[in-house]
Amino acid sequence: MTASATHSAIDAVWRIESAKIIAGLARMVRDVGLAEELAQDALVVALERWSETGVPDNPGAWLMATAKNRALDHFRRNKLLERKHEELTGEMELEQEMAAADHETALVDAMDDDIGDDLLRLVFVACHPVLSTEARAALTLRLLCGLTTDEIARAFLVPEPTIAQRIVRAKRTLAETRVPFEVPRRDELAARLSSVLEIVYLVFNEGYSATAGEDWMRPALCEEALRLGRIVAELVPNEPEAHGLVALMEIQASRALARVGPSGEPILLLDQDRARWDHLLVRRGLAALERAEQLGGQLGPYALQAAIAACHARARTAAETDWTRIGALYDALAQIAPSPVVELNRAVAISMAFGPAEGLALVDALASEPALRSYHLLPGVRGDLLVKLGRFDEARAEFERAASLTRNARERKLLLDRAAATHSRFRVVK
Amino acid sequence: MRFMMLMIPKGYEKAAPGAMPDAKTIAAMMKYNESLQKAGVLLSLEGLHPPSMGARVSFPGGKPKVTDGPFAEAKEVLGGYWMIQVKSREEAIEWAKRCPASENETIEIRQVQEISDFPAENLPPKLGAREQELRDELERKAKKR
Repeated sequence: MTASATHSAIDAVWRIESAKIIAGLARMVRDVGLAEELAQDALVVALERWSETGVPDNPGAWLMATAKNRALDHFRRNKLLERKHEELTGEMELEQEMAAADHETALVDAMDDDIGDDLLRLVFVACHPVLSTEARAALTLRLLCGLTTDEIARAFLVPEPTIAQRIVRAKRTLAETRVPFEVPRRDELAARLSSVLEIVYLVFNEGYSATAGEDWMRPALCEEALRLGRIVAELVPNEPEAHGLVALMEIQASRALARVGPSGEPILLLDQDRARWDHLLVRRGLAALERAEQLGGQLGPYALQAAIAACHARARTAAETDWTRIGALYDALAQIAPSPVVELNRAVAISMAFGPAEGLALVDALASEPALRSYHLLPGVRGDLLVKLGRFDEARAEFERAASLTRNARERKLLLDRAAATHSRFRVVK
Repeated sequence: MRFMMLMIPKGYEKAAPGAMPDAKTIAAMMKYNESLQKAGVLLSLEGLHPPSMGARVSFPGGKPKVTDGPFAEAKEVLGGYWMIQVKSREEAIEWAKRCPASENETIEIRQVQEISDFPAENLPPKLGAREQELRDELERKAKKR
C-alpha cells in the first residue's frame, strides 16, 4: 500500500471510529476536550505506525487501546494524587479497566456495550446550550463527524483560525462550566434534544442554501447533517422529533438536483421536474415521517414541516398538491411554533387552495410585521399573488423590492426577471 | 458519495430455488445491517433469491432471448446488495471489511453514478469543455465521412 493509500484508509477509519473513541474516552476522563486530544494523539501514532505496518485488522480497537494508554499516561503525568477526589476515582476506574483488559478486543467489546450511551452523551455535550450556536455546530462537526478544522472552515466560508479558536473556546467553556458528561434528565430532555436537532438542521441548511455569495450549494454539509440526523434518530428512537427532522432533511435533499437549473439558477418547488427528485430519499423521508407519526402524540415542528414536505413529495404533479392539507399543517405549525415566516407560508397555501385574493389578505396582514421588514420572501410572495390577480404594476414594485433585499445573487436575478416579465408582453402568469 | 456493496456468494449460482441462509448467518447480518444504520450510512439494502428462481434476458442479434435460471455458464452471481452513503471509496471499503461474511463470499464495491446530481457549475469546468471538444471532434469526423 502506498503512503497516500494508507492515509486515505486511515481517514476512513477515523471517519467511522472517531466519535465512538472520543465518546468512550470522555466517559473515562470526564472532559470532552481532553478526550478529543487523546483520540487525536492516537491518530498521530496510527499515522506513523500504520504507514510501516499497514492498517491492522481491527483498527478501531487499536486506536481505542492506544488512546486509553495515552489517557493513563496523561493522568500519571499530571500527578493525579494532587487532584480532586472525583478525578481520583476516575483514574482508579481507569486503572482497573486497563488491568482487566488483557486483549485489545476484550477492551473494545466492553466499550461496545455502552457505546450507544456514550455517543448520545457526546451528542448532548457537543450541543450543550451553554455554547453559542456557532460553537455547537463547529464542535459537533469536529467531534461527531470527524471533520478537520479546515473542512469545517471551508464549509462555513470562514477562515480556519476562526473555527480553530471557536472549538478551543467551546471546549474550554465546557470544562469551566463543568458540563457533566451525561444524558439529560427526563425533565430537561425535550429542551436539550431540540438544541441538538437545531444544530443538525442548521448544518443541513448551511449546506442546502448559501445565504451570501455565488455558490448555491455546498452539498457536503447536507450529507453530514443527514448522517448526523440519522445517527441521532437511532440513538433516541422513541423521540418523534428526531425522526421528524430526518424526514424533513431526506425529503428536502431529494430535491437537490431538481432545484437548480442548467446555469445554476434556482428552480422553485412547483416548477421543478419531479422526475429529477431523488425517489430513494423521498421514500426514506416518508418512512421516517411514518416512524415519527407512529410514536403518537402531537407532531412537533420538525415532523409538521416534514409532513408538509411530504404533501409535495406525494404529489405526482404540482397541480395534484393537496394545498388544503398543507394549509392545515401550517396552521398546526403556527399553533406550536408561531412565526411570521410560518404565517407567510400558510398564506401561500391558502392562496393555492382558495385563490390569490384569500392569500393576499393574509399577506397584507403581515406587512407591518417588523420581523419580516427585510425578509425578501414577503414582497416576493406578494408580487406573486398580485401577478395572479392581474395587478402587474404593483407586482413589479414588489419583485424589485424583494430583489433589493436578497443577498443571494442568483435569487436576485430570478426576482428581477420576474419584475421585468410583469411589463413585457410575454407576461408569465403562474 | 453513494456506493453499492454487491454481495457475491460463491455457490449461489447453483443454489436450489428458495434456498435461504441459516438463522445464525441471518442474525450476524442483521447486526451488521444495524451497525450501518446506526452509523447513518445505510440508504437501502436487499437480498436476492437464488438465480434458479430467476431468468436472464439476452439480446443475440439484437433480439431478446429468455433463459431460465440456474445459469450453467455463470461463475459469479449476486446474492444481494447494500447502498451506502459515505465520504470516500476508502470509507466504503472500510465498511465492507466489517461485514461478517464467510470464506466463500466476496463483496464488490462500486460507486453509484451521480455526477448529474450536481449542478453543472459545481463540476470542474474542464469536464464540460472536454465533452464539448469530444462532440466537436465527432462532428468533424462525421462530416469527413
